[in-house]
Amino acid sequence: MYTGEGYGLTRLEKIVGLARANSIWPLPFATSCCGIEFMATMGATYDLGRFGAERLSFSPRQADLLMVMGTISKKMGPVLKQVYIQMAEPKWVIAVGACASSGGIFDTYSVLQGIDKVIPVDVYVPGCPPPPEAILDGIIKIQELIKTESFRRRESDEYQKLLTSYGIE
Amino acid sequence: MSDKVENGLIESLLKEQFGDAIRSVEESYGMLDIVVKREKIIEIIQWLRDSSLLSFNFLTSLCGMHFPDNKGEELGVVYHMHSFANNKRIRLHILFSISDPKVPTVTGLYKTANWMERETFDFFGINFTGHPDLRRILNMEDMQYHPLLKQYPLEDGTRTDKDDKYFGR
Repeated sequence: MYTGEGYGLTRLEKIVGLARANSIWPLPFATSCCGIEFMATMGATYDLGRFGAERLSFSPRQADLLMVMGTISKKMGPVLKQVYIQMAEPKWVIAVGACASSGGIFDTYSVLQGIDKVIPVDVYVPGCPPPPEAILDGIIKIQELIKTESFRRRESDEYQKLLTSYGIE
Repeated sequence: MSDKVENGLIESLLKEQFGDAIRSVEESYGMLDIVVKREKIIEIIQWLRDSSLLSFNFLTSLCGMHFPDNKGEELGVVYHMHSFANNKRIRLHILFSISDPKVPTVTGLYKTANWMERETFDFFGINFTGHPDLRRILNMEDMQYHPLLKQYPLEDGTRTDKDDKYFGR
């Protein structure tokens, strides 16, 4: 009988995906009440750390996940885009709450009608504001995306086209 | 001091000093509201500030207003003044045509008027002649209109997820 340590076979892509998905460094871009819900999500009761996203990155250079939480005014739009551009690939974006997703109740001249007008978004979390459970659900959705993403997605023409459509690069 | 300076006294002093420049005087909720001629506004505010008895040494607020149905006097500017010495507040306002949106600046008397006049310019398009730095302050610099003028809709025109038949537009 063989009593050694043993080994398993898998694809490198899957291992890397697993590692990335469970060590997300989120950048909280919190502008209003959704940000308060996010603070509860980070707190002991809900504890985002359980999903490997313990360490918030307040610098876009080291962040993997941009979490936009709250109303983004049109004046803030270029700032948000700049933060997105400064993040290194691979990067993901989650729009938390009605305002970040669509402008929410602020259907007015000064408010950006959803952040997908300026940057590409991977996951939308509904709610006004969404409870911590919903934000966790969004994070888990992002983890699924990260786990199953192809190595070459970021080099694909489709991805480049997406960025170009937002005027990035 | 405060028992000395009553609304009636302020009214009679102003009328004695400026005569015809005082168009009308009203009192609501114990606060004087004085409509004055635009040409005399700086003179009157300076007199109220420099009078040793009244000493309205603080400009609490300055803002614009727009009444499209008030033909010939569609636009207005409201000045709230406060006297610390007498614990007294008064309100002055001027009315003028939208075809001639020019008002002399009070930045020479109160430094605080700088940003308030910029805001009024931003939202109502009122030009404060003599202002040291009259540019937009709250809205995006490339905005093409003055959003609080009532001919413009409050809603953002770029919104795509609202169907008019459900939202009564």
